[in-house]
Amino acid sequence: MTIDTFGAQVASAPAVRRRRRSPWTFRLCVAILGVAVAAAVFAPLVAPYAPDSTDFSAIWAPPGPAHWLGTDQLGRDILSRLIHGARPSLLGAIALLAFATALGVLIGVVAAWRRGWVDTVLARLTDVMFAFPGLLFVVLIIAVFDRGPATAVIGMGLAFAPLIAKFTRAIALEELARPYVDAYRLQGVGGVQLVARYLLPNLMPTLVGYLVVLFGEGLMSLAALNFLGFGSQPPSSEWGLMVQEGRAGVIQGFLGPALIPGLTIAVVVVATNVVGVRLSDKLAVRT
Amino acid sequence: MTALLLRRLGAMVLTLAISSFVIFVAIYAAPGDPVTFLIGNPENITPERIAAVRAEYHLDQPLFVQYALWAQGVLHGDLGTSFYYQQPVSELLSSRLPVTLTLVAMASVLFVVLGVSLGVASALSRGGRVDSVITGGTTFVNSVPNFVVALGLVSVFAVELRWFPVAGEGTGFAGRLQHLALPAVALALGSLALISRVTRQTMVEQQTLDHVEAARSYGLGTWSIVTRHVLRNSLGPVVTMCGLTLAGMLAGTTVIESVFGLAGVGSLLVESINTHDFAVVQAILLYMVLAYMVVTILVDLIYPLLDARTLVRSDRA
Repeated sequence: MTIDTFGAQVASAPAVRRRRRSPWTFRLCVAILGVAVAAAVFAPLVAPYAPDSTDFSAIWAPPGPAHWLGTDQLGRDILSRLIHGARPSLLGAIALLAFATALGVLIGVVAAWRRGWVDTVLARLTDVMFAFPGLLFVVLIIAVFDRGPATAVIGMGLAFAPLIAKFTRAIALEELARPYVDAYRLQGVGGVQLVARYLLPNLMPTLVGYLVVLFGEGLMSLAALNFLGFGSQPPSSEWGLMVQEGRAGVIQGFLGPALIPGLTIAVVVVATNVVGVRLSDKLAVRT
Repeated sequence: MTALLLRRLGAMVLTLAISSFVIFVAIYAAPGDPVTFLIGNPENITPERIAAVRAEYHLDQPLFVQYALWAQGVLHGDLGTSFYYQQPVSELLSSRLPVTLTLVAMASVLFVVLGVSLGVASALSRGGRVDSVITGGTTFVNSVPNFVVALGLVSVFAVELRWFPVAGEGTGFAGRLQHLALPAVALALGSLALISRVTRQTMVEQQTLDHVEAARSYGLGTWSIVTRHVLRNSLGPVVTMCGLTLAGMLAGTTVIESVFGLAGVGSLLVESINTHDFAVVQAILLYMVLAYMVVTILVDLIYPLLDARTLVRSDRA
């Protein structure tokens, strides 16, 4: 372990100490993510009911043996909808992150490698994206290309790309200053090959930790878009959309249909953040 | 100082020009003809309507002329006409703005007061139980989506306890305060973690510096060291962070407004997207980008007043 990581640990001392003292939080969070992924993969097998099967004799049913988490305004089983909703929720966040990473890493690496005017142009381009605070850029894209899960994912991906580009550019610049890069260049390795085969693998560990933390953020923002009705449309049981549909019940005193999916999002995001911070601590030993 | 001010204003005008151009040109990115996109609902397409839209957006002119004419109109306060509400967009906006601005003001007071005090409390008990409870608690709240927090607050304080109304923005000063209290809390909670973390971090850094040691050796009490020396010197980053958060809030009330059914700018944005009222969408996006930019620049300008050294440094650079 180098001196730098020691400094970083001092900076976040209480957090690190808490994690050290209780590795079970980390394991619990990994377990939560595992359950979420399993639900997404095996949804039709494990869900007790179909996500869209209505039962008008059990509307707003409280949790009980028939419906473990109760039912919503159409008598649909909340647990089943939650399990089926894991797939669109997680896949959406993964897709948006994959798109943003492809774009952001490309921009960041090219900017760091070419420097000069390419760097300047790309920096201005990302600056314009930063001028749109929060979700505004996504909202513009949705206003133009109409609502839908694909638009929401692509829009969010475009909004996340500058963040990743900035981060990648910073770590790539640091990496490019290392002697091994010069050594490869002396051997006559071409630019594209050098970046793809030698530079990117070395950036990966730092990048992955950052991406896991961004995943939580992406999941939350996507859920917010779906809550506003801009992303997935009914009868999808995406979690943000479930909160939106359960909203009407809150005023009548039926809290479950809105709060259960909401808390699910929160728990998954918290778990992702804990795992992400731990991963970036572990993976970034080299820097 | 004037040079700095001019440079910042120049950069702001440039960014504003580019982002307004992006907002304007968006109609050409839409699939299909801009006329059909601007009209939205296909049932509304009549020859008169097409002519009206063509005239309003000057669609027969080259692109840059169109933009220039649109921007000229915007600068004169003419934001176009809402197709859905059949009234000028500027009137629509000004009727919706007070709610949003009051909400942001209330939330700002909350997050500044609470965030800074939590940060101070955790910096003073660094490594202790209070510190870890505050850090853990604010980080957890930060990970909960704000619409879930909002619904949680509604279900506890409005539905169960009936302390606050469920929706609406209320009339009169007291009514509005009561109606906006829950939305403001929901809006403020999301930024508590950031503010308290920045406060804690800068204060911890300050506490290890020599001037604090010197003050302590003079025999000053802990309270006066904290308020007069540690807090005073940590003000820069804290004020910057508060300003940036406030700027983000001006553009980020959409979700909270639609949870609480408030007739603010954010809910107008959602409505106008759902009704394909693009003139309104453009105006709101422009307002939000402008508000965000103005606040961030104000923060930049306040910084030298708090810490005159930054001015000297930036002049030398």
